[in-house]
Amino acid sequence: MLFLNIIVAGLLTGAVYGLMALGLSVIFGVIRVVNFAHGEMMVLAMYGAYVANAATGLDPLLTLPLVTLALFLFGYALQRGLINRYIARPEHEQFLLLLAVATIITASLLMGFGPDARNVQLDYAYDSYQVGGVLLDKVRVLAAGGAVVGAAALWGFFRFTRTGKAIRACADNQVGAQVVGLDVKRLYAVTFGLGAACVGAAGCLMLLLVDVQPYIATDYTLLAFIIVILGGLGSMPGALLGGILVGVSEAVSGFVIEPSFKSAFSFALLILVLLVRPQGLLGRA
Amino acid sequence: MSAAPLLEVQGLAKRFRGLQAVDGVSFAVPRGGIVALIGPNGAGKTTTFNLIAGVIVPDSGSVRLDGVDITGLRPDQACRAGIGRTFQLVKPFAGLSVLQNVMVGALRATSDMGAAREASWAILERLGLADKAESAASSLTLAERKRLETARALATRPKILLLDEVMAGLRPTEIDQMVRAFADLARETGVAILLTEHVMRAVMALSHHIIVLHHGQKICEGTPEEVARDPQVLECYLGHAPAAGGT
Amino acid sequence: MSGLSPRGAAALGLFLAAMLVLPLFANAYIVSVLVVVLFAAYFGQSWNIMTGFTGQLSLGHALYVGLGAYTAAALFVHWGLLPWVGMIAGMAVAAVAGGLIAALSFRFRVGGVYFALLTIAFSEFTRILFGHFKWVGATEGLFLPVSNLTHDDPLRLRGSPTMFYYLLLAMSLAVLGLSHLLLNRRIGYYWQAIRENEEAAASLGINVFRCKVLAMALSAALTAAGGGFLAFYDNNLYPDTAFAIGRSIEIITAPIIGGLGTLFGPILGAFLLTTLGETMTSLTSGLEIAGLKQWLYGAALLAIVALQPAGLWPWLRRLLRLEERRR
Ligand SMILES: Nc1ncnc2c1ncn2[C@@H]1O[C@H](COP(=O)(O)OP(=O)(O)OP(=O)(O)O)[C@@H](O)[C@H]1O
Ligand SMILES: [Mg+2]
Repeated sequence: MLFLNIIVAGLLTGAVYGLMALGLSVIFGVIRVVNFAHGEMMVLAMYGAYVANAATGLDPLLTLPLVTLALFLFGYALQRGLINRYIARPEHEQFLLLLAVATIITASLLMGFGPDARNVQLDYAYDSYQVGGVLLDKVRVLAAGGAVVGAAALWGFFRFTRTGKAIRACADNQVGAQVVGLDVKRLYAVTFGLGAACVGAAGCLMLLLVDVQPYIATDYTLLAFIIVILGGLGSMPGALLGGILVGVSEAVSGFVIEPSFKSAFSFALLILVLLVRPQGLLGRA
Repeated sequence: MSAAPLLEVQGLAKRFRGLQAVDGVSFAVPRGGIVALIGPNGAGKTTTFNLIAGVIVPDSGSVRLDGVDITGLRPDQACRAGIGRTFQLVKPFAGLSVLQNVMVGALRATSDMGAAREASWAILERLGLADKAESAASSLTLAERKRLETARALATRPKILLLDEVMAGLRPTEIDQMVRAFADLARETGVAILLTEHVMRAVMALSHHIIVLHHGQKICEGTPEEVARDPQVLECYLGHAPAAGGT
Repeated sequence: MSGLSPRGAAALGLFLAAMLVLPLFANAYIVSVLVVVLFAAYFGQSWNIMTGFTGQLSLGHALYVGLGAYTAAALFVHWGLLPWVGMIAGMAVAAVAGGLIAALSFRFRVGGVYFALLTIAFSEFTRILFGHFKWVGATEGLFLPVSNLTHDDPLRLRGSPTMFYYLLLAMSLAVLGLSHLLLNRRIGYYWQAIRENEEAAASLGINVFRCKVLAMALSAALTAAGGGFLAFYDNNLYPDTAFAIGRSIEIITAPIIGGLGTLFGPILGAFLLTTLGETMTSLTSGLEIAGLKQWLYGAALLAIVALQPAGLWPWLRRLLRLEERRR
């Protein structure tokens, strides 16, 4: 039973990972740029929720829409003002650009908050539900629920809105999209904004589960890489599946083997998948 | 001269998803011969080249070069076997100079840098690119890039050159120059040439033998005069591309 | 690569002379900074072979630093092998690791971004593995005995920072010479052809797979030699620093800023970045603001990538006409 509890906990955390990775996947799928500042943006969002909580005492779940909007605007502006100019440049230049952005984000957070860990105090932090013998932490259930809602909203956006459809057209055929008169640069900015919004929401949810400090950003970036490659870079369902896989594998290997081995397990999984199925589990060949 | 052809293609076939791009094509190119592979857009000419040069593995059929079966070899192995090819969508080494581009090819035949440089100069001169030797390949016009492709392939000292629309975009006088250059090349070095071209003026002037593809199938072959008179060829060309000048 | 113009040759000679006499006048702090510069230059030059010449983006070169460092240090600590012997062993280990990673990836047609992320994965995986590797001290670290020698002993790599400085300078110059030599040989032409266009390279008879694996093995081996050296300079090794992803990023930043694929770019980049970092440190040290240094550093990176995305060396050599003109 304990084992089942662990798997379920991993599954719920994995859903939040999935939402975070979804952002990376959407950005790469459309713009073909790897967002090396993804973890930094995630941590930025976590601090956003932390500040809102510290100032007003509001639950991160309530400030989530605001933080998500803020991250959307941040991503939109970043793509419009900076990254759009590097779309056609070599990979290493894009890497350096996003590395600079990542460095500045982390440094700004350090300047603002110092290196110490911060968290939010929730009165329901230790509540749990009992479902058929399985113990569910309330915070995890809320976080996973939020992640599912966020992913569904994104899916709905791509499916039903004009802009969403235009972005998909753009991802399939950039030149074609330009030919029919779509404003590709604006669509890219919206896309990066959406990717940032994903980490915005994921960051608020994650803050329910863990502490935040500036230097964990790289870990989140790596985590997002692992997840999207597992699921297939550019595939939306793949990102969610990858997130859940990593969440469960971290929980199980941390329990069965040893906590410090949990990310080794994820990396091994990643290496295996890349070598056997480079396009990822759900990616297109 | 031996009677066996240099390049012998037998029943070559390749299917892309639903589309039979090349459908049981057979033909031969004799030593020192200049053969043209023509047909409307999408007929399967480039795919045939890719099958011969090892970029794509055929579903069935075989390719023999100089009596050796080279079917299914990798592109680099095909090159070492004696196939030199150009790309219809040019792929220059943009960051290198024109001379360095050709030297990459020449280093196939020799590892001596001096010898490779000399051989490359000679080829650049033959193809009229010598005055651009020190320029960056990225600074060339499209027509020059096509010639660069030819020079690079030629530098590997192939037994046969596959030229995929290297005269597209040239002016008529330039076409005549190129035709002369290729005819001289085949006569002087003995290299065989298999070319595809939409510029009929060049095809007619240059080739000894013409093969016509349509929807992946060979619909006729013969001397330029024979092919020009063939009713099937006229039909498939009148419906699609203009007979001369290219698109 | 075109040759140096007379001005360029003069500038190189001047620079070399300055590097040779600098430690005679500099204080201990300057020498220690110069050692950092040379490490960055050396690692950048080694990485440049893989990514700059051959065009395969490796983001996990800390792996080879760590392998080289741990091999040399462990062989010394456990069996008393001379550092230089250990470094050669480390080079072999790294060459095999790098060759294997490259072979696996390229065999399965993993390229571009995927290859880059795979190199990170291997490096991180090894970092965690070494954290459990008892023979080399696991997370507790591996320490080299520090003896109180009164004189420099280059054979045992015990001595003053100045000794390390000169040895590193020699290593960096050796890689500079090697890079120059290779670029002007068949293999260098082949690497650059692969970088520019793999399909065209293959059509000219180049065995792309073999050339890429060779580039990675060589790049890894050279990096590992620097890693072995680093172990004897630092005298302590921890998996989390030896294999740190931050180190991988440091390794590649200098050559990109200096000019990827150029001979002098990695050296120029190393000088700039290290002096930039040191200047930031001294500028901000009185202020006690955590993060200010990193912030300025990030802003400087951003400025460089915005103004000279192809790197500073190509710009500088045009400005000062240091190379013979093509065209
Ligand atoms: N890799 C591929 N995947 C799917 N279809 C392909 C592929 N390559 C070619 N085709 C299709 O196969 C057919 C033959 O193409 P091919 O390029 O050989 O024609 P071609 O005779 O060279 O035409 P053109 O004169 O326009 O160069 C075309 O319909 C093309 O769309
Ligand atoms: Mg074609």
